[in-house]
Amino acid sequence: MLGDFSHEAFVALSYGVTALALGGLFVWLLVVGRARQRRIEALEAMREGRRGG
Amino acid sequence: MAGTDVQQSLVQRFSNPTRFMGWSGALLPWIGGLTALVIVAGLYAGLVLAPPDYQQGETVRIMFVHVPAAWLAMFTYLTVVISSIGFLVWRHPLADVSAKAAVPLGAVFTLLALVTGSLWGRPMWGTYWVWDARLTSVLILFFLYLGLMALRNALEDELLAGKLTAMLAIVGVIILPVIKFSVDWWATLHQPASVLRADGPTLHPTILWPLLVMAVGFSLLFMTMHLIAMRNEVRRRRILSLQRARASRPAVSAEAAGGTSTGGTGVGGPATLVER
Repeated sequence: MLGDFSHEAFVALSYGVTALALGGLFVWLLVVGRARQRRIEALEAMREGRRGG
Repeated sequence: MAGTDVQQSLVQRFSNPTRFMGWSGALLPWIGGLTALVIVAGLYAGLVLAPPDYQQGETVRIMFVHVPAAWLAMFTYLTVVISSIGFLVWRHPLADVSAKAAVPLGAVFTLLALVTGSLWGRPMWGTYWVWDARLTSVLILFFLYLGLMALRNALEDELLAGKLTAMLAIVGVIILPVIKFSVDWWATLHQPASVLRADGPTLHPTILWPLLVMAVGFSLLFMTMHLIAMRNEVRRRRILSLQRARASRPAVSAEAAGGTSTGGTGVGGPATLVER
């Protein structure tokens, strides 16, 4: 049972949850930003292609 | 008067979306590096240098993540409110971008404050949760963040969604003093304030300093992630603008269609940033 953990385990769990949540959020933001930048570049390339064509 | 004009022009200069993408892109590596340094220093101070508490033992170290997360939960909401006022009063689209970008970050910090508080409560209070005023008011803040996200996503018209979300955020600011003073107004299991007090902190310096370093680290992390999230939102609106221009192209001549796009690296004027 979770309530039977030692004090050290509760500390480790707190830091683990925090690292996972904030680290995960940070990486997710970077991945989304990169994907959107690629999409912008693709759309702009298509627009330039049409203009050039 | 001249000073006000200079301030206004400075705000306009830095909040122009195209310029924002420029200066924020240049700033991010520096603020990101500083964030990492301060958090590593805070972790070292909190996990290695700080002694165990004479009553709480090792569990006192949970404070170094729980308290900064709780502070950031409230600070982020304040950021949302200030941005919302900026959007409603001055109609600046970047203020709406700032409010929208901050809400999920605030939700995560609030959830972390609740979870780490719960993990601290079990060994100290003998329970993970109790419906006392502090815990309940922070839970309401979490639901408020979820409500802001739900409201914005529920409406197709982004301008209307931005306005309604801003109004809800401003009305919801009442939760901040309730959270802050809940431990004074009601009898709570949660301890009263021990740092932000009129008569000064009651914590021993060996505990106080690691806490303050971690609080600075969390604040820098929020600023870093807020900037990244704002850049992502500006990009999303730029994609919508490009897609709209592309979709309208067959109906008009090629030259006219070229004129409807925002052009360059810009994300368009206020209208193109806000409207879908």
